[in-house]
Amino acid sequence: MSSLRKSLFYRIDGIVLALYVSLVIIGILAVFSVEHRTTDLSLIMMNKSYMKQLVWFGYSLLIGMVILLTDSKFFSSFAFLAYTIGLAVLAVTIFAGVDVKGSRSWLGVGSFRFQPGEVAKIFTAMALAKFLSLPETNFKTLKHRLVGVAIALTPALLIILQKETGLALVYFCFFLVMYREGLPNTVLVIGFSAIALVLTTLLLDRKVLFVVLTVLAGLVAWIMRTALRRRWEPRILLVGIWLFCILFSQVAVPFAFKHVLQAHQIDRIYSIIGKEVPDEYNQRLVAGEEKKGNSSEYNVLQSKIAIGSGGFWGKGFLNGTSTKNQFVPEQNTDFIFCAIGEQFGFVGSAILIILYVSLMLRIIYIGERQRSVFTRVYSYCVASILFFHFAVNISMTVGLAPVIGITLPFLSYGGSSLLSFSILIFILVRLDADRQVLIR
Amino acid sequence: MSAAQNPRQYVISFIFIGVASIILLRLFFLQNFESKYKILANDIAIYKKVVYPPRGAILDRKGKVMLSNTTIYDLMVTPHNVPKTFDTAQFCAVLDIDKAGYKKILERVLSRNIDVRQSPFMEQLSQEQTARFQENAYMFPGFELVERNIRAYENASAGIVLGYIGEVSPEMLKRPRYASYRQGDYTGFSGLELQYEEVLRGQRGVHYLERDKFNRPRDPYRGGTLDSQEVSGKQLDLYLDADLQAYAEKLMQNKIGSVVAIDPKTGGILTMVSSPTYDPNLLRGRDRAKNYAMLYRLATRPLFNRAIQATYQPGSTIKPMTGLIALATGAITPNFGLACYGSYNYCGRPIKCEHKDAGHAANFRLALAHSCNSYFCHVFRLTIDYSKFESVRTGLQVWHDYLSAIGFGRQTGVDIPFEGTGRVPDSAYYNDRYKFSWNSCTVVFVGMGQGELSVTPLQMANGMCMIANKGYYYTPHFVKAIGRNENDSLLKKYQEKHVVLNIPDTTFSIVQQAMQDVVESGTAVGAKIEGITVCAKTGTAENKAIVNGEVIKMQNHSMFVAFAPRENPKIAIAVAIENAGFGAEWAAPIASLLMEKYLKDSVSVKRKAVEDKMLNAHLINKYVYTIDSVSRLHDAQVYAARMERKRITDSTRNANAEVMLERWIYQKTKKK
Repeated sequence: MSSLRKSLFYRIDGIVLALYVSLVIIGILAVFSVEHRTTDLSLIMMNKSYMKQLVWFGYSLLIGMVILLTDSKFFSSFAFLAYTIGLAVLAVTIFAGVDVKGSRSWLGVGSFRFQPGEVAKIFTAMALAKFLSLPETNFKTLKHRLVGVAIALTPALLIILQKETGLALVYFCFFLVMYREGLPNTVLVIGFSAIALVLTTLLLDRKVLFVVLTVLAGLVAWIMRTALRRRWEPRILLVGIWLFCILFSQVAVPFAFKHVLQAHQIDRIYSIIGKEVPDEYNQRLVAGEEKKGNSSEYNVLQSKIAIGSGGFWGKGFLNGTSTKNQFVPEQNTDFIFCAIGEQFGFVGSAILIILYVSLMLRIIYIGERQRSVFTRVYSYCVASILFFHFAVNISMTVGLAPVIGITLPFLSYGGSSLLSFSILIFILVRLDADRQVLIR
Repeated sequence: MSAAQNPRQYVISFIFIGVASIILLRLFFLQNFESKYKILANDIAIYKKVVYPPRGAILDRKGKVMLSNTTIYDLMVTPHNVPKTFDTAQFCAVLDIDKAGYKKILERVLSRNIDVRQSPFMEQLSQEQTARFQENAYMFPGFELVERNIRAYENASAGIVLGYIGEVSPEMLKRPRYASYRQGDYTGFSGLELQYEEVLRGQRGVHYLERDKFNRPRDPYRGGTLDSQEVSGKQLDLYLDADLQAYAEKLMQNKIGSVVAIDPKTGGILTMVSSPTYDPNLLRGRDRAKNYAMLYRLATRPLFNRAIQATYQPGSTIKPMTGLIALATGAITPNFGLACYGSYNYCGRPIKCEHKDAGHAANFRLALAHSCNSYFCHVFRLTIDYSKFESVRTGLQVWHDYLSAIGFGRQTGVDIPFEGTGRVPDSAYYNDRYKFSWNSCTVVFVGMGQGELSVTPLQMANGMCMIANKGYYYTPHFVKAIGRNENDSLLKKYQEKHVVLNIPDTTFSIVQQAMQDVVESGTAVGAKIEGITVCAKTGTAENKAIVNGEVIKMQNHSMFVAFAPRENPKIAIAVAIENAGFGAEWAAPIASLLMEKYLKDSVSVKRKAVEDKMLNAHLINKYVYTIDSVSRLHDAQVYAARMERKRITDSTRNANAEVMLERWIYQKTKKK
C-alpha cells in the first residue's frame, strides 16, 4: 500500500489529462480559425465564440480541481441521489424548457442556459456504475439486466419527450458497458446488425444491397460449412436471417415508403440521414410538383465540400474558405470537424481521430486496471459516451450517418457540452487515482 | 487485482478501432479522390473582383489637360435593406421617375441578384439627380451612391482628334483584338482614344476575395498573393496646342471645312479642325447613343473628320508642286515664261485664266505669284511630255511618283484611324479610263489641281512641310510622348525622317521664293503677317455635286496652303472651306490669323476687322441641307429596294423548298 501514501498529484493519470487538454485546445483553435478575420484588431474580443469557449475551459478546469479534491467515495455514495435529481430536472425541462428550434431541451436561468440532457449522462453513468457494483447485483439474472437497461434508457425516454431525439440516442451507448459486464453476445450482434441494416437500406441502392446481403450470407455459409452440414438448425437460422433482411430491405421498406408513409414523413426520414429523397419515393415528384432540397442535405453537402476541398495536406491555418465564410451551418457546434478537415486536410483529420481513439483506449485500459467494479463500469461508460459522440458526429459530417444534433466531445463550441465532458473526465481521473481502494 | 483478463475489453477496443478506421477510410477517399469538392469550394467561396484603373489623360503641348476623368455616380440598391415603409412617391419625385418605372427596375434587380446584395438601380445619374438624391439620402435607406469614372473633355474642343469611348459590343468581343475585353468594358471608338487604346486603357487589376454565403466579399483570398495589381493608363502628351485649336475652331464656326497645321520640324500636328465641330462631352455617359444618333443625322455631318477623310481637288494649291516637279525634272528653267492672254488654247477648248495682262507669266516666280492657269497647264504638259521620258505614259508615271513620294494619293500614316487616301492618277488609271488613247492634253487639268486629282487637307499640309523643309518630312502625328516617355516604341515610326526627293536645295529655294511672292505681291496679300516671311499659295477649286443624276456646279472651295517663317519654318498649314469662294477671300485670312496666333502668341489689333469678318461669316450654303436630304432619301430608297429584292429571293427560295419537300413526301408515300 505504498502507492496510497504518494500524494494525489502523483496518482492521477497524466495521459488522459494531456489528451483532454490538447483536444480542448484544438477545439478552441478550430473555433478561432473559423471566426478570425484579418480585419480584427485584437485577438482578445470577448464577443467572439473562441474567447467564450476559453472562459468555459477555465470554468471546466476550476470544477475539475474541485472534483480532484473531493473524496472518491462521494461519487458512489451520491450516485443514486444525483441520478434521481437528474431525472427530476429532465422531467421538469419537458414542461419548463426554453423552445429552441422546436425542442424543449434547454433550461434557462436568467441569461445562463444549459441542456440537462448533456449533464444527465454523468449521473446515468454513475448510477449504472453504482448499480452494477452493488454486492447484491447479479447481472446474470434477467431481472437485474432489465433494471440496468431501465437505468440507462429512462433519461433517454425523457429526452425524447423533449423532442431532442439525437441526444437521446447517446444513451444507447450504455449497452456497450452492459455488454462488457455480461450482457450476451447476441445483443451486441443483433443491435449492430439492425443499425447496419436500417442505414444500408436507406443509404444504398436496393439492388446493390441485395447482392451484398446474398454474398454475405454465402460467405457465412462457407465459413460455417462444417456446422451447417452436421445440423439443420443453423441452416434454418442462416436462411431465416437472410430472408428477413431481404424482405425488410426489398419489400417492407419500399412498401412503407410508397403506400404507408406521408410525403412529409418521408422527407423527415431522409433529411435525418442527410440524403435527397429518391425519385421513386418522392410523392411530390410523382404528383408533378417541383423538387425541393431539404436543409440537412444542404448542410451535409457544404460540410463535404469543406472537408473534401481540404485535400491531403489541407488549405492551411486560417485559410478555410468554406468554414470561415459561414457556408457550413452550425459551424462551431455540430460541424466543427469541417474546420479541421478543411484547414489541415487528411493528415490533420487522421491525427485528430488517432487522438480520440487513443483517449478511448486509454480509458478502457484504466477501467481494466481497477480493483473496484464501480470505477471500471464508470470508465466504460465514459469511453462509450465519447465513442458514440465521436463516431456519430464525424460520420455525419462526411455523410456516413444521419445528421442528428450531437456534438464532438471537447471540440464543439458550447458550455454545456464542454463542461459535462470535462466533469466526466475529471471524475474518472479522480476515481482512477484511488484505484487501489475498493469503492462501493 | 482482478483475476483473468476479460476478453470483452478487446471486443470493445476492436469496435472503437474498427469504426475509426471506417471513418478514416471515408475521409481518405473524400479528401484525396473527389476533386469536385475542391472546385465547388472555390466556386462558392472565391469572388473575383475586377478593378478598373483610371484611363490615361491627354495633355496638349503646354501641359494643358485636354481629356481626363471625372467622377459621376451610380445609384445602388440593396433591396433587403429597403424598409417596408419606404416612401416610394418621394423617391420617384427626387429621381424624376414614375412609380411603374421604379417597380420595373426593382423587379429586374431582384431577378438578377439575391436581395442582400447591392445591385445597380440607376447608372450614371445626372448632376441634378445626384445633388437631389444626396440632399435627401437619409430618407432612402437601402439606396447608396457609388462613384465611377468617366471621361471629361476639358474645353469641349478637338472632339474629332481625341475621339470617344463606349462599351464594347458583343460583335467586337468576337474579334481577336478584343480578346482581353469582356462585356461591360469600355474601349476607344475613334480618334486617339481608339488609336492608343492599349496605352490609355492601362491594365485591369484582379483581386480575389473570399465571400460568405450571402455573396458579400470578405477577406482577401490567401492574403492577396494571387491578386494582380491594376496599372493606370498612360498619359499622352500631344503636339496639339489647345489654345490654337480652340481659336481655329472658333474661326471655322459656321463654315464647312477643315484646318490642319503641322510643325514641319517634327511632323507634330498643332491643330486639326473639322468644321462644324461638336462638343465631345455629348458622346459620353448615359446619353451617348442618343447624342450620337442626333449628330449622325445632321446634314453638316460633324462626325465626319474632313481633315483626314474628305478629299478635295486641290485647285491652284497644287501649283507649287507642279512647278517643283517641272524644275526638278529639268522640263523647265526658272526663267521659262508663257504669254498668257486670259486663256490656254493649246488643247482645243480654252482653259480660263484669272489674269489677262501680258507678262503676268513671264517667268516661274511671276506665274506662281499670279497663279496663272495657262502657265501651269503648259508646264504640266511639258513635264509629262518631256523628251527625257519615252512617252507621256512614263512621263505621267514619273510625275505621279513624285507626288506620291510627297504623300499625296496615299495614307500619310497619321496616328488617328480611318484616314482617307485621296487620288493621284497614274498612267494605268488613264489607260483604263481612256482605253490607251490619251495624251497630255487629255489630262491637262490635273496640272492646275482639277480633274481626277484629289487630296485630303492633311496631305496638303504635309506637302507644305516638304517644301518648308526643302526635301523631307516626318509622318504627321499627334503624340509627342507616351507616359512622359518620348522614346516609346510606338513613337519610333514618327521620329523617322523621310527624305524622299532628290531635289537640290536651290530648286526648293526658287519655289519658296515664288510662294513668298504670292503673299507679298500675288494673290494672297491678305495673308501677310508683319515681321514674318510667309510662303503660301491660294486655291479656288471648282466642284460639282451629282444630285439625282444631274450634275450641278456649285460654289468654289476656298483653299489655302502656307508655311512660315520661311527662314526657319515653324508652322505649315492647310485650310479648306467648302463652297465659300476664292481661296484668298476666306481660307487665306484664316490661315494667316492662325499662323500669327501661333508664332506671335496673339493676333495684332490691326487685324481685328479681318478676324471679326472671319468669325461672323456664315458660309454654309442652303443647298448643303437639300443635297443631304436628297442623298439620304436616295440611300433610303436604295436600301429599301435591296431589302425588297432580298425578301423576294428569300421567299422564292422558301417556296421552292416547300415544293421540294411536298414532292419528296409524296414520293415517299407513293412507294409505300
